[in-house]
Amino acid sequence: MSRIADTFQHLREGNEKALILFVTAGDPALKDLTAILEALAEGGADLVEVGLPFSDPIADGPSIQASSQRALDRGVKIADVLEEVSEFARLPVVMMGYMNPMIRSSLAEFAQRARRAGVDGAIVCDLTPDEGTEWIQVARSAELDTVFLAAPTSTDDRLAQVCHSSRGFVYAVSRTGVTGSKDQPWDEAEKLVGRIRKLTALPVCVGFGISIPADVKAVCSFADGVIVGSRLVEWLWENWNGGKGRDKLVDWVRAMKDATRG
Amino acid sequence: MNQEPQPGRFGQFGGRYVPETLVPALEELAAEFELAWSDPEFRSTFESLSRDYVGRPTPLTEANRLSESTGLQVSVKREDLCHTGAHKINNALGQCLLAQRMGKKRIIAETGAGQHGVATATVCALFGLECEVYMGEEDCARQELNVFRMKLLGAKVVPVRSGTKTLKDALNEAMRDWVTNVRSTHYVIGTAAGPHPYPHMVREFQSVIGSETRTQYQERHGRLPDVGIACVGGGSNAIGFFHAFLGDDVRLIGVEAGGLGLPTGHHAAPLSAGSPGVLHGSYSYMMQDDDGQVLPTHSVSAGLDYPGVGAEHSYLKDTARVEYVVATDEEALAAFRRVAELEGLIPAFETAHAFAALWQAGLLQPGSRVVVNMSGRGDKDMERASRLLGL
Repeated sequence: MSRIADTFQHLREGNEKALILFVTAGDPALKDLTAILEALAEGGADLVEVGLPFSDPIADGPSIQASSQRALDRGVKIADVLEEVSEFARLPVVMMGYMNPMIRSSLAEFAQRARRAGVDGAIVCDLTPDEGTEWIQVARSAELDTVFLAAPTSTDDRLAQVCHSSRGFVYAVSRTGVTGSKDQPWDEAEKLVGRIRKLTALPVCVGFGISIPADVKAVCSFADGVIVGSRLVEWLWENWNGGKGRDKLVDWVRAMKDATRG
Repeated sequence: MNQEPQPGRFGQFGGRYVPETLVPALEELAAEFELAWSDPEFRSTFESLSRDYVGRPTPLTEANRLSESTGLQVSVKREDLCHTGAHKINNALGQCLLAQRMGKKRIIAETGAGQHGVATATVCALFGLECEVYMGEEDCARQELNVFRMKLLGAKVVPVRSGTKTLKDALNEAMRDWVTNVRSTHYVIGTAAGPHPYPHMVREFQSVIGSETRTQYQERHGRLPDVGIACVGGGSNAIGFFHAFLGDDVRLIGVEAGGLGLPTGHHAAPLSAGSPGVLHGSYSYMMQDDDGQVLPTHSVSAGLDYPGVGAEHSYLKDTARVEYVVATDEEALAAFRRVAELEGLIPAFETAHAFAALWQAGLLQPGSRVVVNMSGRGDKDMERASRLLGL
């Protein structure tokens, strides 16, 4: 069983929901990544997503775009990200990024390198299962979990493909749109999670637009976990302050984790 | 990459690399396009508007003084005479008709030089559709006249401040709008790039350029030309022009933006100096660094200033059916001036790259019968031309 599946099983046994937190590799500085991930673990995060910066992130809103750009401006390279990530073992790591940097050498090589760095799973924002035959194959042989995104616009056939091709968990996109904070009702997300549950026993986690404990609480009433990205990326930009904000970060994570408990 | 032939692929190139949210809309679009394109009523509406509103067929002009000066026999396909001043309206018209058919009331578009934005805003005014155009902030400045035109036509122009503030970023921003408003909105991509079905659909809407040229040339000269030349940014005018000739013994040359010269790295020539990768939803040649990050581009022409290119061009390059060369900013500006002086034709800066090929040493056999696709007129570039050429 993968570390991701294992984590969800433990959560399920304890009747708990997952808090999944996203950070961009290289923003704040890449050398701080491990310290940030450790703080997330300390605050109670269950899984972490590490964002591979890309110059043209079409699925991302302003916060992650800006964060990605800052990372690239600092000269962050994929090889350095993987090296840094390999220092962190406390929680399962899901790598999140876009197709082009991953195929630059080859998908097989990327999957192997990521796995060797201790990465447990990967999300490719601009890859869907119907275009992902090769990726699924090479990720399976590298023992890397493939997490695909399900959208409110997905047809039932496509949802079935997403569920069939996903390992670890299914990522339900809460609404049409890009990543980022937004006041929104959660009924569309709830409906999607319901449709997914009819198709798979995999855990279903919801992301896009979740930024405060009240969102976490609302979504955890119907999903197996939440993914928080843009808000954390903004928080780190404003408050990390070269590590001086570490204790505040642990508190921030703790408040989010508490909200998963209802 | 999947090597099997499948819809949306040109050899290994093309595909549909987009967030899941958009895929159902792309599937609907592909299906609806196929239905519409084989529907005589849709075709007849498209053709009558092309004739009565756009002004098709556009003429084929014999460029006698240009021929004399170059030692070639040059004809010019006059897409500059389309309503709005460029070939872009062929595609904007087709896609807006399709959007109407699909019941989408809101149209978005990206634009570089502004020609596609103007064409889309024009057709939206004609059909009474809401229109929003994304345009890089830098391009808004260098193509200001087109910004005014779009506004006058009732479109909202959204300046894009992210990334390099040019066409690539306008496309990113339009994609983000579309992923948010996909249920109500159709995205009119202006070039032959992007995810399936765009490269195929845009080619079909633009293929009228080549099919008219082929007939006109044959009627006048009793034979086909030796060579066809078009400029290539994303590649919509070129693919529309080339397509009718792919099965013929006609040499086809696409001219990319060489910017300050390939060795400087400051250019927009993915086919000549790039490598395959995934940008804006499709697998095609692009300009990228060793880590797969998209590289900034440079061209004097906003419409060619783009790091990617349509997937079919990548296929035509790899199969060697089409040759791709570059013209630098300097060569394009020189051609811009010469064509104006010799023929009374003022090409767009983009199109000037295609004309520049006529003077490139060793490229064309003396005496060859050449057709240049004049994809657009240069009125929009006059202000910059006056500065760059000291007029």
